[in-house]
Amino acid sequence: MTPRMLDVKQSILGVNAAAAQMNRKLLDSHRVLMISLTSSPGSGKTSLLMRTIERLRERYRIAVVEAIAGSSIDADLIAGQNIPTVQIHASGACHLDAAMIRKGLAELDLHQLDLVFVENIGNLVCTADFDLGAHKNAVILSVPEGDDKPRKHPMIFLKSDAVLVSKIDVLPWFDFNLNAFSEVISDLNPAAKILPFSARTGEGMDGWFAWIRQSKEELNGGKDLQGAV
Amino acid sequence: MHELSVVESLLSLALKNAEEANARRILSINIVVGDYTGVVEEAMSLYFGFLSKDTIAAGARINYTHVPAQLRCRDCDILLPLGRRDYRCPRCEGRRVEIVGGRELYIEAMEVE
Ligand SMILES: Nc1nc2c(ncn2[C@@H]2O[C@H](COP(=O)(O)OP(=O)(O)OP(=O)(O)O)[C@@H](O)[C@H]2O)c(=O)[nH]1
Ligand SMILES: [Mg+2]
Ligand SMILES: [Zn+2]
Repeated sequence: MTPRMLDVKQSILGVNAAAAQMNRKLLDSHRVLMISLTSSPGSGKTSLLMRTIERLRERYRIAVVEAIAGSSIDADLIAGQNIPTVQIHASGACHLDAAMIRKGLAELDLHQLDLVFVENIGNLVCTADFDLGAHKNAVILSVPEGDDKPRKHPMIFLKSDAVLVSKIDVLPWFDFNLNAFSEVISDLNPAAKILPFSARTGEGMDGWFAWIRQSKEELNGGKDLQGAV
Repeated sequence: MHELSVVESLLSLALKNAEEANARRILSINIVVGDYTGVVEEAMSLYFGFLSKDTIAAGARINYTHVPAQLRCRDCDILLPLGRRDYRCPRCEGRRVEIVGGRELYIEAMEVE
């Protein structure tokens, strides 16, 4: 046969995008809000989750899907809070994908939940390519990492709904310029909510809790079904 | 990096298209890669060699077209290279800019027989 050209024009990650859409539909049908947390290694994802669970567990029924890279320390910490925790073993991987999340969600009783958090693998680059099907994506940058990260890795900041700056208790010892950072983010992604906080001192955490509540209300069509705290 | 999972998707997509076109062999695959996808060419080709071995895509060449990320000013409608200090339009100093390009990852076309 003679060689011929086929016109394809199909996304290589189309399979992941379709799986992500299915995850979102599944969650929607149970009115469960899923929020993904992404950051570099050690920026404070688990610490934020611990604080968040402590504070919101009376209000919402919470579960956590944890990426396990090497050790299950993080998942054990979360499970120690007595909430449903699913471990996704992803040693050597640089991101979670929508199919992994689908398996994780299958282990949860979605009827019994209001809120699912996903702790992604520590990585600002690869994670930006893979939609997990979360309703909201939050990226965390810690003060010691420096305020120039959105210029080096714009995509993850571009696709996130909330941009959190963690460890602000150490601001006095670093040259992180919060105003300059916020300006770059609002230029790059005007819709993103910018939320500086410290899991150590608790400063700024209320903004994060309010954002979660608002996201939950959006999903429920304007009503927070749990009522006021 | 995640080239392995990308190549798995690439290969299954290519094989599916080849099968639908009743092709016996895939000779080459033209893919478009945004500069901000975190995908490295050398790693892609290496994994592709491994994974395609026992398929009709064995020996196929991958041709890459890179797409840079650019800024577009919504007011001036001009395209500018990324990498300036801030995300502002250098012409009108405005903030109504958006990043276009850079996240593409798709098969444009393939040569089969
Ligand atoms: N000073 C300070 N340290 C913090 C804060 N939040 C977290 N840390 C510390 O930063 C380190 C990493 O925090 P983790 O919460 O484990 O970060 P992570 O993003 O879950 O890390 P990986 O899962 O390994 O990527 C720990 O030693 C925490 O005690 C904070 O608000 N202030
Ligand atoms: Mg962690
Ligand atoms: Zn302009």
